[in-house]
Amino acid sequence: MSQAATVAHEDHHYTSTGLPSWKVGFWAFIGSECLFFASLISTYMVYKGRSVVGPYPEEILDIPLTSISTFVLLMSSLAMVLALDAVQRGSKKLTLIWLGGVIVLGAGFLGFQVYEFNHFVHEGLTIGTNVFGSSFFVLTGFHGAHVAGGVIWMITLWILAVRGKLAPADSLKVEIAGLYWHFVDIVWIAIFTLVYLIQ
Amino acid sequence: MSAEAITANGHEHGSHASPSFYWAIGGILTVITAVEVAIFYIPALAGVLVPLLLTLSAAKFVLVVMFFMHLKFDSKVFTGLFLSGLVLATFMTVALIVLFQVLPKYKF
Repeated sequence: MSQAATVAHEDHHYTSTGLPSWKVGFWAFIGSECLFFASLISTYMVYKGRSVVGPYPEEILDIPLTSISTFVLLMSSLAMVLALDAVQRGSKKLTLIWLGGVIVLGAGFLGFQVYEFNHFVHEGLTIGTNVFGSSFFVLTGFHGAHVAGGVIWMITLWILAVRGKLAPADSLKVEIAGLYWHFVDIVWIAIFTLVYLIQ
Repeated sequence: MSAEAITANGHEHGSHASPSFYWAIGGILTVITAVEVAIFYIPALAGVLVPLLLTLSAAKFVLVVMFFMHLKFDSKVFTGLFLSGLVLATFMTVALIVLFQVLPKYKF
């Protein structure tokens, strides 16, 4: 085991399996989040095609715009995994660059979502217009809230990196933040296909 | 598997992949997304659009989970924790769709 890993071993709590308790707990949390988002996606699917007044999905969803925001979120996942790699290698410069990339791309995705929501409201689709509006805004709104939480988390890590408090021994902090970020990404992969492309 | 075989972050095999490998995965994810959007606009594929999109989406999902979330390199305990939630979630979604979208179309 490397010196950095040995230091980390002393800093973190471990379960009887030898696995870090933070990471075990976080994977259990991600498992429970699967059920949370599945309930929201199920609700959207169950009410699909049951709106009795417009606007309907095929009239209002903007596939080109959402494709770009999907690409932005996918690239933020790439930046996240490169940030973790940079922390593990002890490169402060690359850590700041890639964590900064995650923050910018995550904020960019949120910008697309704010634009989309604003556009829908101007087109007459609100959370109370029809069942499509209700299930769509609740599902994508909760996802957006998760992204916003992730961006705040990344900003705190970036500040730690600026202060030089993100050494290779602290890589578990970045890895757990990365798990959260990638989970938000895979949820969007499902939403993009089930909500936007399969109409 | 002994506890000594696991590194500080719970990885069974030590380090992850190289940055160039992650870039390659990012490229594949971009290509799959482009293909998804392209086939959405091809009328001739309308009949097979849903299974095609679900397959491509599943491929992206698996790539992110295995390589970006490192489940391929990590302890199987993490895979078990994730799959337990994911399998339950999938069953729940399928059950609700069958109950509320499929069965009401049949008269018993």
